[in-house]
Amino acid sequence: MAKQLDSSRPIEDTRIFDAEQTRLGYRLNKFAMSLVKPENRDAFLADEEAALSASDLTEQEKQLIRDRDWRAIMDEHGGNIYMIMKIGAVIGAGLYQIGAHQRGETFEEFLATRNAAGAK
Amino acid sequence: MGKIIAGIGTSHVPSIGVVYDQGRTQEPDWKPLFDAYEPVKDWLKEIKPDVAIVVYNDHGGDFFFDKYPTFAVGAADIYPVGDEGWGRRPLPDFPGDADFSWHLCNELVYNEFDITVCQEMAVEHGFMVPMHLCWDHHPDWPVKVVPVAVNVIQHPLPTALRCWKLGQALRKAVESYPKDTKVVILGTGGMSHQLNGARFGYLNSDFDRDFLDKIETDPMALTELTHQQIMEDAGAEAVELIMWLTMRGALDGAPLRQVHRNYYAPMTTGMGLIALEEAV
Repeated sequence: MAKQLDSSRPIEDTRIFDAEQTRLGYRLNKFAMSLVKPENRDAFLADEEAALSASDLTEQEKQLIRDRDWRAIMDEHGGNIYMIMKIGAVIGAGLYQIGAHQRGETFEEFLATRNAAGAK
Repeated sequence: MGKIIAGIGTSHVPSIGVVYDQGRTQEPDWKPLFDAYEPVKDWLKEIKPDVAIVVYNDHGGDFFFDKYPTFAVGAADIYPVGDEGWGRRPLPDFPGDADFSWHLCNELVYNEFDITVCQEMAVEHGFMVPMHLCWDHHPDWPVKVVPVAVNVIQHPLPTALRCWKLGQALRKAVESYPKDTKVVILGTGGMSHQLNGARFGYLNSDFDRDFLDKIETDPMALTELTHQQIMEDAGAEAVELIMWLTMRGALDGAPLRQVHRNYYAPMTTGMGLIALEEAV
């Protein structure tokens, strides 16, 4: 049986969303997933602190959201991009803004690296 | 009898949905993508499939990591448009064929594919983007659907070979359906892309073009790819491509004709398209 994941060949600047990551990021991803309900989006926009308080997030995780620290959420705290994008959607940070932050670039710098940046 | 008549491999990038809803499909950087589907739309109007089996992954539209099925099959007469966090898109709900779906589910399980049967299933961009790229929906969708969701986001994922075998099992199941039913199968996702970490935006168009060649002429070579190899060569999220192998596995053994092929990589994802028809 071919080995599907090979930890002896880590991929640079990459987190594989495996058992370790999904367990680590469970609360953050669950909070993000709760925002598929419009009433939860409304509550978050109306009073972000109250929405964070009502969650089971740790204080550190709440701070990551307050800081919009997408890079740390993804790299260090088990964020899954498809879930974390839902937090971005509520506050107006799109996938490419989140991506630029992960790359350590401004949005404009990131767009300049694309083949046809009008397709955004 | 049921019959698979064609297969389509296509990307399912969410921004395509946004641009479609906003009527921006003819903007210069988007036109090459949308125009590429026009020949496929015309061809589908000619061959008129009764059912589309759509193999896709759920990105937190209806499933979450509390219970994330490896393979899930819709068995309903209607599939609502889901809300992924951006609100409901202005598309009609999707008509299903519960009798046909249940037939597939029975056959798959007795053929040792232990899928999760879903009597309620909201569909999302992984499913919807390919649908509106391939079919008009005014006022309603002209084809019934069977959503087949595959876990390609939380490892352990099914292997590429397993996805191929699912396609073979689907073909057998379709062919044992007693009612005359023409079926097209869509394998969606990819192509090269990475959305996490500082490698965000990684693209490999050479990999994508080679994949488009091989999915038509040498799919067995693709079934040997490990998740590690795909992620190294094409980005962590490019593993979605294993779902194209389910489409291709469902065409296994039939002489094929390529109807159309396209590739475009404007932003962060290789947007590929291939349409294959059984040449009978």
